[in-house]
Amino acid sequence: MLLRKYVPTLVLSLFTLAACGGGDADTGGTDAPDADAYTVPAGEAAVITGVVNFEGTAPAPEPIDMSEEPTCAEKHDEGPVRRPVVANENGTLRNVFVYVREGLGDRTFAATSDDRVMDQDGCEYQPHVMGVQTGQQVTFRNSDGLLHNINAQGSTNRSFNISQPQNMETERAFSQQEIMIPVRCDVHGWMEAYIGVVDHPYFAVTGEDGSFRLENLPPGDYTIEAWHEEYGTQTAQVTVAAQQTGETSFTFNDTMTGAFVPLGAPLDPHDHGRVAAAPARGTR
Amino acid sequence: MQSTAPMMDAPLHWAGHDEPQSFLRRYIFSTDHKIIGIQFLFMSLFFLLVGGILAGIMRWQLGYPGQPLPASGMLPETMVVDGIILPEFYNSAVTMHGTIMVFFAIMPLLVGVFANYLIPLQIGAPDMAFPKLNMLSFWTAVPAGFIMLAGFFVPGGHAAAGWTSYPPLSAIPEYSGVDLGQRLWLISLIILGFSSLMGAVNYITTVINMRAPGMSLFRMPLATWSLFITAHLVLLAIPILTGALIMLLFDQTIGTSFFRADQGGSPLLWQHLFWFFGHPEVYILILPAMGFVSEIIAAGSRKPIFGYHAMVIAIAAIGFLGWIVWGHHMFQSGMNPALGAAFMGTTMVIAVPSAIKVFNWLATMWRGDLHFHVPMLNAVAFVAMFVIGGLSGVFVASTPVDIYLHDTYFVVAHIHYVLFGGSLFALFGAITFWYPKMFGRMMSEGLGKVHFWLTMLFFNATFFPMHQVGIGGMMRRIYDPLQYEYMQPMAPTNRFITIAALLLIATQLIFAFNFIWSMFRGAKAEANPWRANSLEWVVPSPPPHGNFTEMPHVYRGPYEYSLPDEAEDYMPQNVPPGVPRPSSTPVHAG
Amino acid sequence: MTHWFPIGISTYAGEIDRLFYIILFITGLIFVLVQGALLYFAFKYRHVEGRKAFHIHGDMRVEAIWTAIPFLIVVYIALASIGPWLRIRDYDRFPPAELEVEVTAKQFEWNVTYPGPDGSLGTGDDFVRRNQLHLPVGRVVHVHLSAEDVIHSFFLPEFRVKQDAVPGLRLPVWFEAMETGTYTLGCAELCGMGHYRMRGTVTVHEAAAFDSWLQSSGETAFADGDDDDARVAAAAGTPQHDEHSGH
Repeated sequence: MLLRKYVPTLVLSLFTLAACGGGDADTGGTDAPDADAYTVPAGEAAVITGVVNFEGTAPAPEPIDMSEEPTCAEKHDEGPVRRPVVANENGTLRNVFVYVREGLGDRTFAATSDDRVMDQDGCEYQPHVMGVQTGQQVTFRNSDGLLHNINAQGSTNRSFNISQPQNMETERAFSQQEIMIPVRCDVHGWMEAYIGVVDHPYFAVTGEDGSFRLENLPPGDYTIEAWHEEYGTQTAQVTVAAQQTGETSFTFNDTMTGAFVPLGAPLDPHDHGRVAAAPARGTR
Repeated sequence: MQSTAPMMDAPLHWAGHDEPQSFLRRYIFSTDHKIIGIQFLFMSLFFLLVGGILAGIMRWQLGYPGQPLPASGMLPETMVVDGIILPEFYNSAVTMHGTIMVFFAIMPLLVGVFANYLIPLQIGAPDMAFPKLNMLSFWTAVPAGFIMLAGFFVPGGHAAAGWTSYPPLSAIPEYSGVDLGQRLWLISLIILGFSSLMGAVNYITTVINMRAPGMSLFRMPLATWSLFITAHLVLLAIPILTGALIMLLFDQTIGTSFFRADQGGSPLLWQHLFWFFGHPEVYILILPAMGFVSEIIAAGSRKPIFGYHAMVIAIAAIGFLGWIVWGHHMFQSGMNPALGAAFMGTTMVIAVPSAIKVFNWLATMWRGDLHFHVPMLNAVAFVAMFVIGGLSGVFVASTPVDIYLHDTYFVVAHIHYVLFGGSLFALFGAITFWYPKMFGRMMSEGLGKVHFWLTMLFFNATFFPMHQVGIGGMMRRIYDPLQYEYMQPMAPTNRFITIAALLLIATQLIFAFNFIWSMFRGAKAEANPWRANSLEWVVPSPPPHGNFTEMPHVYRGPYEYSLPDEAEDYMPQNVPPGVPRPSSTPVHAG
Repeated sequence: MTHWFPIGISTYAGEIDRLFYIILFITGLIFVLVQGALLYFAFKYRHVEGRKAFHIHGDMRVEAIWTAIPFLIVVYIALASIGPWLRIRDYDRFPPAELEVEVTAKQFEWNVTYPGPDGSLGTGDDFVRRNQLHLPVGRVVHVHLSAEDVIHSFFLPEFRVKQDAVPGLRLPVWFEAMETGTYTLGCAELCGMGHYRMRGTVTVHEAAAFDSWLQSSGETAFADGDDDDARVAAAAGTPQHDEHSGH
């Protein structure tokens, strides 16, 4: 009868609709086989160090009104501010994510069992920029004891949005390389952080002295990329031999505001050199 | 075995088909309305349990905010972290509690079970008009159930936008955090809607076409009347819901913007569509219960229903008026206030037929011979609790008072007094009342009484205080009331409610045990343990396939109890006038 | 363990509460009568050996009575409700605004736009506060309510104000506070994970204090010293300047 004819079609189309939409990246957590993991032969490890310089004047920090969240507001002696550009006193730039973009070939690297902590303290993410290896556990900690949520908007990695209504810790891991994953809180709109996920251990975030150090590298020719949330990316070429320390530096300046800042775009292994300035795209 | 019609030796033929023999055809893919009713019964009781557990989770968080949930180790980290229920999971529990209770527990219990089981028996028919369609209606509900359960296991969790699923929250995963779960929710209900429609078509056709000779419409028992009218509501309301669900599914998946304001759509459109279905839906959830209560009170009072015709008209009036009150769910929605005033008028008026029914039940009890067996206890409790639920509805029917009470726990109290205090008590009574007919055994009267009294106690302890916290301004669907200073003093009350609720849920284990245990160890039931009049009581317990060995003839209405000149205090509908009847055993328990 | 209405501080809170009490009285009376009758019948007519039930099918006269009386009662309640409803909700009946603010709800905060020194909403000197609703006492306030993302509901319990904030709609709400003090702003429509915490503070100020605050574009602390701005500004030692956090 009629019903018999149409029911299967109807049910099938409904299921198709269910399947539509909702891209599927891997869940966090990797099971990379360690058997093929590359280890640098003894006596061959090289090092790349350098600084990220900053020329010009950093934009003034914007005060954040945290008055509705006194628990957080009280943790800031000088008033909370939003500072996308942190210039160090020695003319260097802080919170720059530096990593090996090319040169490691097909090698795979053992997952690390260290965990990294992204804390929510004073309604701010600490650290503001963080690097992890694929499969490395990230512990999101709520030190404020009030509702935060960690809205990690990955493109290659599956995005997630988890709440932490009180002091607690939640673990996540990222399975795909992605530069960079923005992290936001929906309850406190000013909160933002960036996580860089790399599938090897050669990455760093510049600190108070603007320097970075990538250790225990196999000798070779490398493309190093520096990423900054306001000023975009730059690359540099470094060649190191065994037991050698190579040096390089990057210079960002304050006219670079409006540069294209990639967020979560998958790496193109055939792309060499500087990312050309594309039409300005907001980081929000 | 008691029957007043001459027995026939030959197996039933006028039913139109022979009884199937294989286990699969008799009990799994059965076209027998009684088996289908029982299948719905098992499915719905399972979902009642799931819905109850979800309520327990919600109440735990409300009573002990942020305290680790016992026995939560098996739940994934996306729901519960170190025992702490996450807000998104709480919102999902709220949503799924409502969804499962309304669509997979109460509605199938009232309609899927009893419309199927009772209608042919009460009108003297061998089965439904469309037995195969009937089977399809159950087997469509089953996949809908699986899909609904599947939503708990997908990334992002289950739907979390309320059982009312208002867009844009429900339409946009970025806002709700739920993607696949919401889609599964929609698809499950779309499929379930077809199951309901198939049932409705069957019930209406059967009542119109297959009544036994002498069974005029106004000799039908009120249970059948209420199910008949409910079926019309289902037939007309469910398609609206299905359409709205499909529109929402399209908004979520293929980029339409019926309800998405950011693309020119109207969130209020959903509300109109949903509540245009939703209000008749709540009458679908109460009318059959009222019908069962009438049967039980008449039989338990040994007295005709007072005002049978008025009762029928009241059922029809509720059914009709239920279509023009939907806006009372939308008083504060941004709808034109003039419309709000109009809906207030119609909503106030719909209180009247319900009041009429309450008075008629009371008048039935008046000067009756009241036997307080378990079904009667539950039926009388229905009246008492429904009165509370109905009266609390008057407050929120008044638009200015609703400004304050809308979306507070006052409404939660109101809906639970009518849905639990009303429908669920009626169901406890109805299941106990018709259990002997279904399974050939009596449920334990002792366990039934313990279950009843504890349920009454804990039910009122749970839901009556909700009126108060609602008046205090406690909002609905709120994960942690302590975040608001003015709600912090309510914490002890919320804890009290939680404890009562957990005890209430635990008490239902008594009913579950009674239900299962009695199936194997209950006292064997005769055909008519309650000495009632309607036709289902003249056939054996349980009835054979085809129900009646020969077509019954009906000579009177269903409530001829305690006729003055009769020795017996009941007179079944099919007893020919003037026929002397042997005296029978007294009404069971009392 | 008893909870009741919070204090009512708006001009129409009293009307709403009064209606509530009228309905409470009527329904309370009905409750007592009906439940009383039920319990009485349950007791008096319980089964005793030898007594038979009274066989009666109905009585049209009592049906008419108990149809008419509930009907009249509900009609009365409806009529009593119309006046307050229209006074509160009908835009054409709103008293003229003495202050207009824009309230935009989004997950999970209330952004209140004040008109700034020129007193006009929609001009360049408007400024925004997050989750802080500052109001002058004794003045009619019009709120233009909207939502950016999902449906929220603007709930001021002490004012007896509630109005859903719907994306795509800009809805008018009016009220007038009669007492100074600190009150609650809450969200009364499930709006996502942070719904339970979407709260703000309502501070009703003396008119003069409010005016000078508004004139300073919210830069200076309140003269009546009764707000979070002042407290935090004092702690930080810097004047407060808000950023609109839209994203």
